[in-house]
Amino acid sequence: MFTMKIYFPFAAIVGQDDMKFALQLVAVDRNIGGVMVFGDRGTGKSTAVRSLASLLPHMQVVTGCKFNCDPGSPVETCADVCDARRDKHCPTHKTVPVPVVDLPLGATEDRVVGALDLERALTRGEKAFEPGLLARAHRGFLYIDEVNLLEDHLVDLLLDVAASGENIVEREGLSVRHPARFVLVGSGNPEEGELRPQLLDRFGLSVDVRTPGNLADRVEILKRCDAFERDPEAFDALWRNENESASALIAAARERLGEVAVSDDALEAMSRLCMATGADGLRGELTLLRASRAAAALAGDEAVGDAHIRRVAAMALRHRLRRNPLDESGSTARVERALGEVFAS
Amino acid sequence: MTQCDAPPPLSRWETALMAARLFAIDPAGLGGVSVIAGPGPVRDLWLERLRGALASGAPVRRVPAHIEDDRLIGAVDLTATLASGRVVLQMGILGEADGGIVLIPMAERLSAGVAARIAAVLDRRELVVEREGLARRIPARIGVVAFDEGVSPEERLAVSLRERFAFHLDLRDLSARGLANLAIDPSETAAARLALASVEGPSADVVEALVATAAAFGINSVVAPLLALRAARVAAALAGRRAITEEDAVLAARLVLAPRSQMMPDEAPDETEPPAPPDDPGADEDGDDDDDDDTEPATEPPNLEDIMLAAVQAAVPDDLLAKLKTGAGGPQPTGRNSRLGAAKSSALRGRPTGVRMGALRPGSRLALVATLRAAAPWQAVRRNDQVARTVSRPIEVRREDFRFKRFAQRRESTMVFCVDASGSTAFHRLAESKGAVEMLLAEAYVNRTFVSLVAFRGHGAELLLPPTRSLTRAKALLANLPGGGGTPLAAGVDCAVLVALAERSKSREPLVILLTDGRANITADGQAARGRAMEEALDSSRRLAAQRIAAVFIDTSARPRAEGSDLAAAMNARYVALPYVEASAVCDVARGAASEFFTEPLRPR
Repeated sequence: MFTMKIYFPFAAIVGQDDMKFALQLVAVDRNIGGVMVFGDRGTGKSTAVRSLASLLPHMQVVTGCKFNCDPGSPVETCADVCDARRDKHCPTHKTVPVPVVDLPLGATEDRVVGALDLERALTRGEKAFEPGLLARAHRGFLYIDEVNLLEDHLVDLLLDVAASGENIVEREGLSVRHPARFVLVGSGNPEEGELRPQLLDRFGLSVDVRTPGNLADRVEILKRCDAFERDPEAFDALWRNENESASALIAAARERLGEVAVSDDALEAMSRLCMATGADGLRGELTLLRASRAAAALAGDEAVGDAHIRRVAAMALRHRLRRNPLDESGSTARVERALGEVFAS
Repeated sequence: MTQCDAPPPLSRWETALMAARLFAIDPAGLGGVSVIAGPGPVRDLWLERLRGALASGAPVRRVPAHIEDDRLIGAVDLTATLASGRVVLQMGILGEADGGIVLIPMAERLSAGVAARIAAVLDRRELVVEREGLARRIPARIGVVAFDEGVSPEERLAVSLRERFAFHLDLRDLSARGLANLAIDPSETAAARLALASVEGPSADVVEALVATAAAFGINSVVAPLLALRAARVAAALAGRRAITEEDAVLAARLVLAPRSQMMPDEAPDETEPPAPPDDPGADEDGDDDDDDDTEPATEPPNLEDIMLAAVQAAVPDDLLAKLKTGAGGPQPTGRNSRLGAAKSSALRGRPTGVRMGALRPGSRLALVATLRAAAPWQAVRRNDQVARTVSRPIEVRREDFRFKRFAQRRESTMVFCVDASGSTAFHRLAESKGAVEMLLAEAYVNRTFVSLVAFRGHGAELLLPPTRSLTRAKALLANLPGGGGTPLAAGVDCAVLVALAERSKSREPLVILLTDGRANITADGQAARGRAMEEALDSSRRLAAQRIAAVFIDTSARPRAEGSDLAAAMNARYVALPYVEASAVCDVARGAASEFFTEPLRPR
């Protein structure tokens, strides 16, 4: 009845290295925080995010749990509403793909946070909690296209839950709290309204995607899109191997993440970088640290080096710079300039 | 409007009809058609032809520009839900139109939010409903026909949506008679629809030619050649072919790429912004003789890319051509929310835009019907509750049912022009400043922005025009503005600040636009002392910044010096040095700054 929609394979996306890299980084270390993707229309923003699911190593969940409970961690706070865990003394578990949940514009608040199950209330007069998108996104990704057009109160709510990792719903005398730890991925076109700076700062990484200027790339994009449109299954099969090796890379990087060393020199370089760019707050430094560590893990290196810091600096800091009305150069250019200063000395 | 000159060439009608024919074969694949045309017989006739060519029984639905989510996306059908005891979806227009098309009259009025919702459906070919306890995925393979009735070039359908449409037509000043003899054979389109799936993939030549042609015309997008490729496939199906030929590709390029051109291929690309970075030399060259090295040698007959370039060039609409020649790209409309005087949400005033959940706050207006609607499904549950049983009420309404009316209120704004009419400026630049202000006034008029005019010269500043919407008065005053004398800059800035604050107290957000060369030489008490005058001007500027008044500093001096940028920094203004002031340039800059400012969220007061 419900067929799984085939998404364009992640590995088949032409170019857009920054965007792909940022998504890989948060896939390796979820604690980096969300990713904000700015960019031209038709640059594969949504495609990349939606194809993430195929890239991520699968995860274990308690069978029947609507909250994606992790069987490995015994006490999840949703225990009081999670039927699966309560009913069975020895819950079984199964392997499922990591959820990448789309939050469409026009979604109402009750569907986002969850509410009472309307059907059960009508048919049986029962009060049962119907989890919303936040529950579905637990341990996965929550994607909002055109985040700048989402209603303010929903954005605030999402950021709040993303920061606390917990969703609390009070409805019909029912009080439900369940874990909702997800990576928020937003995309938007700056021409269509800017994002509030305080909102932007909550995203760990921010990348800018442009239409590739290179003609050969454009030709390749066109060929692949056409091939995918005509026969999604065949195209998916064609790219399966590459996608699987990309997926294995992430799994390996996750394993290695804990062992990646960060020297005092590297830490100092990060601090100086933040100072030179005037990136506000501690969040910048912390993101820079986590992102460069994930970059090192992805590269298979044992310690964070200058190259890793350089690679992630712009995406970790560019959205945290204080606006300077007299400096017309872009934020990325300002970060690059600071990189030059810090690493030259 | 008499037809005294030659009738418009028939080919425009043929183009419009061919677009309709192709679109009718595969509406969802080709995304849509944007049609610039006011209501009238021409438009009706074109639409009639299109409707006749659609698949039989294909739904056609209209989307009003100010449609609400309940109608667009869907909502719980309360009656059916209560009657059946199962959650029943009242399908929205986007779901109803599956397999057919949606029509958007007055598409230029479409809000950015609605445009984005429709765009998402075009991309995914399904509608994701996450509303009021309903989570559904509904197939929505739709095409869109957007009638753009905007008068000025800035009043256009949001680019985000238009870009996803294969065809952009302009039916203005076409005569309905031209279409009288042209028809579409529905059996032809029906056959093509069936044949579409069996059309083979494109040859590498076709793909490369489409990409190269798009780049040569400065179309910096991957979407455009992709849509052109789909159009070529549909054209092949229409012609009864199983492979896309040159002919199909050229036709598609003419229809899809020509109206999107941003430059002509014979323009020197190194002077405008090149669409391709230098790592791909020859990418954006014209196809005359220096082709990419992977194509055939020049001795061969003209290759597809050359043919395509010539065809597209011939098909670029005349008015677009004129625009390209003058280099007037113009700002891109992005939907109505992001413009000057953007709508702000208000609890009390303005146009109702729907309901929201939330706690009862003083001043919010309860939406009674929506509240009762929200409470209705829960009555059975609530009657079972212990608490409810003690007191019996006919209907149990709880806090979480409350729905409130939301209103969008056009946020009013005021542009305060502060014009330096001193001798130093007057000599060269006063006329240009006047010109710039006049253009901005026209802009302000379009956006219903208030304007105010402060001039300073000689020994002081004067509020020439208190905030008004009267364009004529502002123009007349401006024309008679005399020039000459010293530059009492501090007095000018102070006066502008006073006006701005007064406006803010009337809840109109001010934007100060200062046009000066920044050479203050008259102090507040009217004495000629350059050093002190400059100090005072800086002080005034800082006061402006302290009040968080948005400002643009347009430096009109012949050779910008540090004074200008220092002042701009002090007032936290956007600084623009225009050594050679051109009215249109000033206008662009100020408009940019203004829209940037007004798209920011409301500042806390």
